[in-house]
Amino acid sequence: MSDYILETKDMSKEFRGFLAVKSVNLKVQRGHIHGLIGPNGAGKSTFFNLVTRFHPVSSGKIFYDGRDVTHEKPAALARAGMVRSFQISAVFPHMTLRENVRVALQRHSDMAYSFWTGSSKLKEFDDKALDLLDQVGLLQYADTMTVELAYGRKRALELATTLALEPKLMLLDEPTQGMGHEDVGRITELIKKFSAGRTIIMVEHNLNVVSRLCDRITVLQRGAILTEGNYEEVSSDPRVREAYMGGASHAA
Amino acid sequence: MNRNVLIGLVAILLVAPFFLYPVFLMKVLCFALFACAFNLLLGYTGLLSFGHAAFFGASAYVTGHAAKEWGLPFELAVLTGALTAALLGAAVARLAIRRQGIYFAMVTLALAQMVYFFFLQARFTGGENGLQGVPRGYFLGVVDLNDNMALYYVVAAIFLAGYLGVARVVNSPFGQILKAVRENEPRAISLGYDTDRVKQTAFILSAGLAGLAGGVKAIVFQLASLTDAHWHQSGEVVLMTLLGGVGTLLGPVVGATVVVTLQNRLSEGALNAYVPVVLGAIFVVCVLAFRRGVVGEALAFLKRGKE
Repeated sequence: MSDYILETKDMSKEFRGFLAVKSVNLKVQRGHIHGLIGPNGAGKSTFFNLVTRFHPVSSGKIFYDGRDVTHEKPAALARAGMVRSFQISAVFPHMTLRENVRVALQRHSDMAYSFWTGSSKLKEFDDKALDLLDQVGLLQYADTMTVELAYGRKRALELATTLALEPKLMLLDEPTQGMGHEDVGRITELIKKFSAGRTIIMVEHNLNVVSRLCDRITVLQRGAILTEGNYEEVSSDPRVREAYMGGASHAA
Repeated sequence: MNRNVLIGLVAILLVAPFFLYPVFLMKVLCFALFACAFNLLLGYTGLLSFGHAAFFGASAYVTGHAAKEWGLPFELAVLTGALTAALLGAAVARLAIRRQGIYFAMVTLALAQMVYFFFLQARFTGGENGLQGVPRGYFLGVVDLNDNMALYYVVAAIFLAGYLGVARVVNSPFGQILKAVRENEPRAISLGYDTDRVKQTAFILSAGLAGLAGGVKAIVFQLASLTDAHWHQSGEVVLMTLLGGVGTLLGPVVGATVVVTLQNRLSEGALNAYVPVVLGAIFVVCVLAFRRGVVGEALAFLKRGKE
């Protein structure tokens, strides 16, 4: 088994002449929390869309768990343990929290597509669903419609749903974006807690969160890798300061 | 509460023919079943098909042909019609399912128009005259269906079975995935669901049920005609579903009852020529004032009362 759970080789993506991702070679070590940072338009979200196969690559290869997945279907990749979140919260708004988590849980069973199975079968997933909701502190809202939830809680629910799949590799797209101070702290704790036994790649703008969580950081700029290393190495790199952190350190 | 709704529904079905003309009631039930089938797709999967009359009409013709020319008994004729509709649904779904939103609606409309013109040209359909004189036959070989009361109870039972079938699918584990696709398809994919396959399954189920409704209608009126496959019919079922309450189990039944009743009442009076105008006006009011439909608004009202 390779040390790297995800590897891209010369991965590029072109949108009508605009090169959004330029021959990126990235390796993500098993068990790491790997941060992906860079200014707006650096290609972070495109990178996510490429490796999760939501968009086809223009050239290059993607290896997941030692296997070439460059042409895999996104749903198949998800079943193989690579689960992503989205920049805007990825919940099912007009379903209760319990149902949100259950939809993820029932995928492991063989009755996912059986439309003639009674509703009582769903109750089998309740214990696990409530346990997951408890872990993210949402147990009391189990039967609330998700649409009524505050934003930070929706993101917590999203984490619970993702965890229900017991993913090997979680890709989190700006998990703390648009959150208040307390929510950021809570989500950071949750990510830390859930990183045990799995690999996480996260796009994140909040450098506080990045410095607290990430074992390794890749800086993207204009679709290419600028530099890579741990937080100290990256943050002391003058090019990074200029390209991205300059603004952030002024703000801080 | 769901149990009470069901008991109420059964009670109404049982006593209704003693107060109202059974043939009228059967028409309501056929369209109610059609709307329920449509609602499975629009309300619970989030797919707007604008060509559902193709399945309704195709089954009407096949059922009529099977009963009249092949001499199949009632049950087998209707079943053949419904299966044909499901197969047609599978073919349409294959072509349309990858398209999203308005493009999906357009593809289904275009394919349904092709089906319509096929029926216009094909010889067995009787063209503009329709397929007339479909024999009603006997239910299970013993009950004479030429008796309106007997036929009514058979139709009511079929409707009830279809309605409960939709309810069961909606509440099944698969129904949960349907809702997930409706709510947020990219997320459903990222959870590992092959959403194209999910949507395709829902489409075939819906087409088959729409076919069941069309087949029964052909038997009741002893007629399958171009009206059944016309795009007006596709539009009408959208109206029924939205008016009654999309995404509620009872909504399409209420919507179909309102629309069919209005059509019948208006066509008797001076407003005969203005039926589409009246229906259009109702549709506008519905969209502007009570978007959730009759049942949807009632449910919301009950919920507010509880809080």
